[in-house]
Amino acid sequence: MIRGLVRWIDERAGSAPLVRRSLRYLFPDHWSFLLGEVALYCFVVLVATGIYLTFFFEPSTAQTVYHGSYLPLRGARMSEAYRSALDISFRIKAGLLIRQTHHWAADVFLVAIVLHLLRVFFTGAYRKPRDLTWILGVTMLALALLEGYLGYSLVDDLLSGMGLAIGYGVALSVPLFGANIASLIWHGPFPGSSDFWSRMYITHVLLLPVLIGTLLAAHLALVASRHHTQFRGPRRTERTLVGVPAFPGQAVRSLGLAFSVTAVLFLLGGLVQINPIWLWGPYHLASGTNGAQPDWYLGWLIGGLRLMPAWDLVVGKYTLVPNPFWGGVLLPLLVFAFLYLWPWLERRATGEYGWFNLLERPRDRPWRTAIGCAIVSGVLVVFVAGSADRVDVLFGVSYAAQIWVYRVLFFVLPLAVLLATKRICDELAAGERVERDRRGAEAEARRSAVAVSARGDGD
Amino acid sequence: MRPGTEALQWFGLLAAPAAWTVQLVVGYGATVAACSAAGRRWNVSVPTWEIALAADFYLRTGYMPLATPQTQPRRTRVLFSARELAALVAYVASLGNGPAIPQPRPGSVAGGQRLFTEHCAGCHQVVAQGGYLTGAVAPPLAPDSATQIAEAVRIGPYLMPRFSERTISNRQLDSIVAYVRAVDRAPNPGGWGIGRLGPVPEGIVAWLIAGVALAGCCLVFGRRRAAR
Amino acid sequence: MRRPTPRADDLALLFLGLAALCAAGFVVAFALAVPHRTQLLGVALGLAFAFLAAACVVFDRRLLDTSEREELYPEPHVEEQEAVAEIVEEAGSGITRRRLLTMGGGVAAGSLGLALLAPALSLGRLFDTTPLLETPWRRGRRLVDGAGRPLRAADIERDAFYTAFPEGADRETLAAPVVVVRLDPASVRLPPERRGWAPQGILAYSKICTHAGCAIALYRKPTDPAIEPAPAFVCPCHYSTFDPATGGTVIFGPAGRPLPQLPLTIDRSGVLCAAGTFSGPVGPSWWGVRIWKARSR
Repeated sequence: MIRGLVRWIDERAGSAPLVRRSLRYLFPDHWSFLLGEVALYCFVVLVATGIYLTFFFEPSTAQTVYHGSYLPLRGARMSEAYRSALDISFRIKAGLLIRQTHHWAADVFLVAIVLHLLRVFFTGAYRKPRDLTWILGVTMLALALLEGYLGYSLVDDLLSGMGLAIGYGVALSVPLFGANIASLIWHGPFPGSSDFWSRMYITHVLLLPVLIGTLLAAHLALVASRHHTQFRGPRRTERTLVGVPAFPGQAVRSLGLAFSVTAVLFLLGGLVQINPIWLWGPYHLASGTNGAQPDWYLGWLIGGLRLMPAWDLVVGKYTLVPNPFWGGVLLPLLVFAFLYLWPWLERRATGEYGWFNLLERPRDRPWRTAIGCAIVSGVLVVFVAGSADRVDVLFGVSYAAQIWVYRVLFFVLPLAVLLATKRICDELAAGERVERDRRGAEAEARRSAVAVSARGDGD
Repeated sequence: MRPGTEALQWFGLLAAPAAWTVQLVVGYGATVAACSAAGRRWNVSVPTWEIALAADFYLRTGYMPLATPQTQPRRTRVLFSARELAALVAYVASLGNGPAIPQPRPGSVAGGQRLFTEHCAGCHQVVAQGGYLTGAVAPPLAPDSATQIAEAVRIGPYLMPRFSERTISNRQLDSIVAYVRAVDRAPNPGGWGIGRLGPVPEGIVAWLIAGVALAGCCLVFGRRRAAR
Repeated sequence: MRRPTPRADDLALLFLGLAALCAAGFVVAFALAVPHRTQLLGVALGLAFAFLAAACVVFDRRLLDTSEREELYPEPHVEEQEAVAEIVEEAGSGITRRRLLTMGGGVAAGSLGLALLAPALSLGRLFDTTPLLETPWRRGRRLVDGAGRPLRAADIERDAFYTAFPEGADRETLAAPVVVVRLDPASVRLPPERRGWAPQGILAYSKICTHAGCAIALYRKPTDPAIEPAPAFVCPCHYSTFDPATGGTVIFGPAGRPLPQLPLTIDRSGVLCAAGTFSGPVGPSWWGVRIWKARSR
């Protein structure tokens, strides 16, 4: 039967040579190499659940009055978008499950991307010839951030509506032409015309998924073409790759991982409530609530916006840099600039322009590890600052005091982490050297003892 | 129009005779006497409006007695028994002719949702989980009884605005109270509510539950250690 | 090759069976009216996939050959790179004015690109930022509450705060909503050009924060002014705090501009009216926000 199928396909597609090579394609085996796949499967779940949601969601800002089954919102004025999201949650049978799974998948998608990025960064997998793969990956991260933001903003609930207003404020804050760009995107001042919702919808549902999907396909093709990197080990060198064949070994593992990711996402989607939009209520321009936050992956931006002191940089009457620019635009620009430029910077700094197929342990590259940890710690400080108000409510620690502490920490902590990490890596490396020397000396001593006894016997 | 301060002043002044009875029961007369000394230091003169509500609210939530007037009152253990509370409140109420303790009636939860969002959500968060504002914390409202919610709206304790009947009518207040009580008891159709605070607990779950679980799955399907 | 292990076969079969059972459970839970439907559906589907994953683990560990093999990493295709370059260069061997043609191609492509991008200008007004300055407020426009009822000065009490809108205008614009409070007239210290903007100590400010555009939904008032902070508006997004007594100046938080103030008058029937438009453009800062004044539409 299998032979029949293979013959049928090859006669029509000519695919047998390619399939044969693919089936024997080798995957170096380490658990951390699977983190990228976790992100891939999250994306698949996102697309699948997203398609289902598009069959029921109405992306319209036309106003309506709610008469559905959720009593606290009966008679409330809201947009059709919000009303359709409520109906998905309460009227469609598996609607709430699919909606929650979709939202969890988005959050977990970004968790997986970040974990994957950290693994690639700290093991040096981005070096030539994989620097283009890295560029595609960083771009996908940026697109995923935007895609998630647009996705939860489409629902037009109070929390995401406030987030859109902030997005507008951040767009306005771009020097020289922020107001013009914002007017273009929103078709006028906030909240803009109904066009804006159509644009958000088509961007979220078609443009960005296609773009991410294309970049993803290119990313995977490049990985396959250059083959996956591997850690140093027995028989594993810069020239020789040791791994598990795609079929049946890796295919089954990947399939199992795909099922696991789907399982985790559906379990979360059914058991843990996420974005209960019926509690927030519909968005109106004059409404606000305390404790509004963006989804986790944009928490660094709200932290950045809160940490900046109250400066609008003004030259005469010209407002050159409005306040939200620093935390909302400059901070992410700097982080992404660092990510994009790092392979090139490292090549310049170390003078290593060759090809690398072997991975390095973080401790083998103290400066790279230290700089990476420093950047991560700085970003973490900003994340924590974004939740400082909740810390005040829960634990009574003064918000104003926290803001000052985080402002200082933003500069001091990365420096401290840089020095500490460099030191730790150096110590670990030194320890291994000592261990190696010790073992070498022992082996030497044993050999000379054997030689002495052999000579003694011979006399 | 600062009935809270008024209540404090009166409470301080009457604490002396009240402390006599109170001292016999529990030995916290010192606190009460200190309050009365502090009360005499303030020389604010205000008409006696909702002092009965103020006394009832501050005493039943444990906001009063207050250790220092400069800090925000927080909900603490109520130091008086039910009988003593009733007696104190009745005494304070007799000193003025303000409105009686409100008795909230069943109201419209839907109407309350809109009113709460308009007047209250900015500080207390849209499902009354509490929030921060410059200089204070607006507490979560789950521990509050219907009467205490109504009282707080009418007296505006500490930094909270004060909404009289002109601004929020009694019927509207009934609805707000109905909403706050209902939202506290509301089920979570999506599963575990994780505090109903929004994206921050959701992000924590994404990292600590999903992230850990999926890293664990990678460990199951991949080699654990780099071959050396 | 892998040694056959019947126990492992059975285990895999068990997991597949359980997966099928859970999937069937999903269909049943979907069809019936069950309480906690979302939880049941999620658990059923999630467990179905989890059992499939478990079956894969059994296949991976016991049933399939997952031994490692060796192969070589790819080398740079130096010869092919050379060949490709030659083919491209050869194709252009008949061209004499190479640089000019390249430039010409660049100009043509660039212009075509601009032409294709031009329709994007219809998305909005790229060059006209005056809509950002427009407000629905003008002299004589009455303030109304959320239900459309005119706001009377006598209804504005101290220690509370009110949201108001322009009568007869679209509410869902940044320049529409205002917050109204009444302060002790003795405590109001407005700039001299705003004398008369606060009749009876009633003040109105734009409800949209000048930092990033959230609605300013918080108001704090002291119970004891001697020891508690002065009245202030607070924005719930990043906690920009504005002082209504001094013209909306920023006293905490990241907002870079004071809150625009709306001048008020009280008309003959006691209703609050605007006496003009805001003291400055409304909403978050942009490059022209200090160059022009707010305009009445």
